[in-house]
Amino acid sequence: MEFLVASAIGIMTAAGLYLVLRLRTFPVILGMSLLTYAVNVFLFASGRLTIGAPPILVKGVETYTDPLPQALVLTAIVISFGMTAVIVMIALGAYLGADDDHVDDPKDDDGQKEDAA
Amino acid sequence: MSLFLIVALPFLGALLPGVMISAGRQTCSGVTFMVTLAAFIGLLTNLPAVLAGEVVTTGFEWIPLLGLNVTLMLDGLGFFFAMLILGIGLLIIAYARLYLSREDNMGEFFTYLLLFQGAMVGIVLSDNILLLLIFWELTSLSSFLLIGYWKHLPEGRQGARMALAVTGMGGLAMIGGMLILGQIVGSYDLSVILQNRELIQADPLYVPALILILLGCFTKSAQFPFHFWLPHAMAAPTPVSAYLHSATMVKAGIFLMARMWPVLSGTPEWFVIVTTAGLITMVLGAIIALFKHDLKALLAFSTVSHLGLITMLLGTGTAFGAMAAVFHILNHATFKAALFMSAGIIDHEAHTRDIRRLGGLRTLMPITFVIATLASLSMAGIPFFNGFLSKEMMLEEATHTVLFGTWWLVPALATFGSVFSAAYCFRLIGHTFLGPVRDDYPHKPHDPPAGMWLPPALLMIPVIVIGVAPFLVQDFVFLVAKSVIGGVEKLDVKYIKIWHGLVPALFMSIIAVIGGLILLALFKPLLRAWDTAPRPEAKEIFEGLIAAVVRLARAVIAPLHDGAFTRYGAIMAVTVVAAALHAYSTGTIGEAVRAMQPVTEVAVAGWAMLVAAALAMVFLHRNRLLSLILIGIVGLMVSVGFIFFSAPDLAMTQITVEVVTIILMLLALNFLPNRTPIESTVLRRTRDGAIAVAGGLATTALAMHYLLRESVAQPISEFHLANSYKGGGGTNVVNVILVDFRGFDTFGEIIVLGIAALLIYALTETLLNGPTRARLLNRKPDQPRAGDMHPTMMVVLTRVLMPVVMMVGFYIFLRGHNEPGGGFIAGLVVSIGVVMQYMASGFGWASARLRYPYHGIIGAGVLIAGLTGIGSWFVGKPFLTSDFTYVRIPPFQEFELATAALFDLGVFLAVVGAVMLSLESFSRLARRAHVPDTEHAMDIDPSRDDPPDPKDPVAQGGQ
Repeated sequence: MEFLVASAIGIMTAAGLYLVLRLRTFPVILGMSLLTYAVNVFLFASGRLTIGAPPILVKGVETYTDPLPQALVLTAIVISFGMTAVIVMIALGAYLGADDDHVDDPKDDDGQKEDAA
Repeated sequence: MSLFLIVALPFLGALLPGVMISAGRQTCSGVTFMVTLAAFIGLLTNLPAVLAGEVVTTGFEWIPLLGLNVTLMLDGLGFFFAMLILGIGLLIIAYARLYLSREDNMGEFFTYLLLFQGAMVGIVLSDNILLLLIFWELTSLSSFLLIGYWKHLPEGRQGARMALAVTGMGGLAMIGGMLILGQIVGSYDLSVILQNRELIQADPLYVPALILILLGCFTKSAQFPFHFWLPHAMAAPTPVSAYLHSATMVKAGIFLMARMWPVLSGTPEWFVIVTTAGLITMVLGAIIALFKHDLKALLAFSTVSHLGLITMLLGTGTAFGAMAAVFHILNHATFKAALFMSAGIIDHEAHTRDIRRLGGLRTLMPITFVIATLASLSMAGIPFFNGFLSKEMMLEEATHTVLFGTWWLVPALATFGSVFSAAYCFRLIGHTFLGPVRDDYPHKPHDPPAGMWLPPALLMIPVIVIGVAPFLVQDFVFLVAKSVIGGVEKLDVKYIKIWHGLVPALFMSIIAVIGGLILLALFKPLLRAWDTAPRPEAKEIFEGLIAAVVRLARAVIAPLHDGAFTRYGAIMAVTVVAAALHAYSTGTIGEAVRAMQPVTEVAVAGWAMLVAAALAMVFLHRNRLLSLILIGIVGLMVSVGFIFFSAPDLAMTQITVEVVTIILMLLALNFLPNRTPIESTVLRRTRDGAIAVAGGLATTALAMHYLLRESVAQPISEFHLANSYKGGGGTNVVNVILVDFRGFDTFGEIIVLGIAALLIYALTETLLNGPTRARLLNRKPDQPRAGDMHPTMMVVLTRVLMPVVMMVGFYIFLRGHNEPGGGFIAGLVVSIGVVMQYMASGFGWASARLRYPYHGIIGAGVLIAGLTGIGSWFVGKPFLTSDFTYVRIPPFQEFELATAALFDLGVFLAVVGAVMLSLESFSRLARRAHVPDTEHAMDIDPSRDDPPDPKDPVAQGGQ
C-alpha cells in the first residue's frame, strides 16, 4: 500500500514536472496543479498511512490517524486554489495583452536567449 | 510622558498631514506642529529626572530569541539630541509652512518630515542596538523621500539616490559591526554593552567591529571620503536641508560615535581613524566651501567641515574633547539651522542662491541681514557668539593632540581649516549682503513675512546668550558630556569661560580671523587659481562606480537569468534532485521499521486510474480540453485516496475545490487557444522527460523512505487528540485544529485567500480598462456558441437545487466541529451552488440578484474571524482563545455553543467571497467578449437561425 502512494506521488511529480517545462502557459498551469497534488499528498502522507481510523473522536476507540497533517493539507488545498486562480489570471492577462501564450520572454535584441526551440 | 509615546507620536502623527491637507494648508501645518510640540513637551516632562542624573528606561521584549528588545533609554546625551531634533523640528515646520509653494503637496512633505523625525528620535532613545539599527535604516529611507521631495527635479532625484546609496551602504556595514559587538558582549542592550569596555577592546574582533561601525557613522555624517553625498542632497527644499543637515540626519553618525564612545574610544585604532578622518574632512570641507557660489552648497560644505571638527574632537578620546564635541554640536545646530533658513529666505525672495548674482541685500532685507550676519559671525568664531567658545575649545584640544608623532600637525591643520572657515563666513556676509545694491536680481528682494524670519531669529537667542553667558548652559553641557564619557574618563573642567588668558588657542583664533579677512581680500585671484586647478569631481566618480557595478551585475545576471521560465524550472528541478542525492549519500539512514500494509484490489484500481490519467496528460496535453478532463480524474482519485486513508475532511475539500478549479480553467480556456502546438525539438522533449523522470523517482524514493520509518521526533498530534474534546469541545480533531489550536494560522490563510481573490479582481479591472478592452469587446469566439444559451432543464434544475445546496452547506458547516465538515468545505459547497446559477441562468440574471458584493463578503469573513479572536481579550485571554458551553433549550436535545463556530463562520464567508470573486472576475471578461447579456434567463440566441454569412467565421460554425 505504501508503495502505491509513494509511486503515485512520484508519477504525479514526474508528469507535473514535464508539463511545467512546456513552452505555453496552459500546460504549465496544469503541471503546477499536478505538482500541487503531489505535494499535498506527500504532506498528508507524512502522518503515515492509516486505514479506517479517521480523526473523529468516538468513545471507546483508541487509534486515530495523525490529524495534524490533515489540518495543514486542508488549508493548503484551499490556498492552492487561490494560487491557481491567480496564475491563470496572470496567464490570461498576458495572453490577452500580447496575443501570445509563451511562458518564456521573447528573444531580446542581442539574441541572448537560447531556449527558443 | 512615556518614552514610547515620545517615539511613537511622530510616527502616528505622520498619518495626519496627508488627511488634514484637505482641510487647508494652515490646518495641515498646524496639526504637524502640534504633533511635534506634544512630543517635545513630553520630552521636557522627563527633564527633571535627566537633570537629577537618572537614566529613564522603559521597554518590553519583542523577539527575545534574537536579543531584539524594544527598550528605550533617556540619559543626558539622548535628551540633548532629542531636544535638538524636536525643538529645531518645531521651527522647521513653522518655516516650511511659508516656504512651500502652492504647487507643493504639503501633506506629503509633512508626512515624510514626521516619519523622519520619529526615526531620529528613535535612534537617540534606543537602548537596544538592533532597534537602533531599525530606526537608523528608517532615517535613510525617510531622508531619501525628503531629499527627493521635488520629484520633477533631476538633481533632487539624483541627490536622493546618492544619499540613499551612500548612507544605505554605511548602514549595512554598521549592521555587521553592531552584530559583532553584540556577539562579543552577549547582549544587544546598550546599557550592557557600555559596561564592557575592556571585554570589547580586548576582543580580536574589536577592529573589524570598529571599522564597520565607523563606516556607518562616517557615511551618515558625511566624513571624508564619503562627504560627497551631502552637497548633492542640497537639491532638497531648504527646510529639509536645514533640518537634515543642521541638527538631525548628519548628526546621527556623530551621535552614534558619542554613544559608543565609552567602549570604542581610547584605542590607537580609534584615535588614528577618527581623528584623521575628522581633520581631513574639516580642512577639505572648509576649503571647498570658500569657493562655492551657491549659498546652500557653501553651507553644505561648511556643514561637512564642522562635522569633521566634531568627529576630530571625539576621535581624540579625551574627556575634554568629548565635552567640546557636545558643546559644538549644540552651537552648530543653532547657527547652521538659522543660516540654512536664511539662505532659503534669500532664495525665496530673490529667486536665486548664487552669491555672484547677489550683494547689497543689507538695505533690502535688513532683518535677514541681521540674522545671517549674527549666525555667520558665530560660525566664524568671533567672541561673544557661541561658535567662538566651542571653536576655541577645539583649538585648545588640537594643541594637545599628537598625531603620527608630529606635535604640530594637528594644531597647524586645525588653524589652517579655521582660516578658511572664517573666510567663507566673511564671504557669506560680504558678498551677499554688503556691497552696492544691484538692479539685476531675478526678483526684487525684500524681507519675508514674520512667520518665515521668526524661526531663524529665535535661534539667535541661544547663539548670543550662550556666547555672552556660557555659565547658563555649562551645567547642562557637562551633564551631557558626562553621559557621553560614561565612567571611562574624568572631566576636570569646572567652567566654560570666554576668557582663558593668553593661551595658544587664542592666538590660533586670532590667526584664523585675520587670515580669513586676508583670504577674502584675495578672493578673486584665489578663485581663478581654484577654477583652473584640476580636481576630482565626486559625482562623476560616484556615477562611474555605479555604472561599473551595474555592468558587472548585468554581465553576471544576463546569462543566468535570461527570461526563459522553462530554463529556471529545469535548473531548479535538477538542483533539488542533486541536493537530495547528496544528502542521501552522505547522511545516516535509519532502518525501515514499519511494515508495508497489504494491497487491496480497490486500491490498485484507484492507483491505476490515477497513474493512467497522469500519464495520459503528458501524452495528450496538446488537446487542452482533454487534459482538463484528465486532471479532473487525477483530482478525483486523490480525493478517493484521502477517504481511503482516513481523511474525510480532506476528501470533501479536495473534491469541492476540484469542481471550482475546473470551472475556473474552463472559463480561462474560453479565451486561450484550444490546442498547444508542437514547438520543442525531440532533443528538448527528451531532456525534459529525463528531468521529470529523475524528479519522479526522487519523490517516490523520499516518500517511500519515510512511509516506512517512524518520525524522528515525537509528533505533537497526541496533544491534539487528547485535548480536542476536553479543551476545544469538538470531536472532529482536524476541524478543532483549524479553528482552535492553530486558529491563527487559519486566520492568516483566509486573509491570503482573500488577497488572492482581490488580486484577480484587480487584474480583471486592469484588463477591462486597459488597452485590451477593445480587443475583448471585438473578440469573436472561435467556436460556435450554443444556440440555447440557457437550457431550460438546467435553469429549472439549478434553481430547484439551490435551497437544497444551501441546506447541505449549512448542515456541513454546523456539524463541522464534531463530524467531517466545517467552514472551508461548507464555503466551497455553497460557492458551487451559486456558480451553478451563473452557469445556468447567465451572468446578468445572477448578478442582478446579488445583494452583497463579494469583496464585502470576504471582508466580513475576515472581520468576523478577527473580532472573534479579539473577543478573547475582553476576558483577559490571548488572541483567539476559544470557549464553549453546552445549552439545552427544550424540547431540543442538548447542543454545544462554541466561539470556534463564530470563527468558522468567518472562514466560511471568506471562502465563499474569495471563490466567487475569482470566478465572477473571470466571467466578467467573458461577458464583455461577445453578445450583451440579457436579463431573461431562458432565451434563444437569434443569430443561430440567421442565414450563414460567408465572411463571418462564427456563423459558419468555425469550419
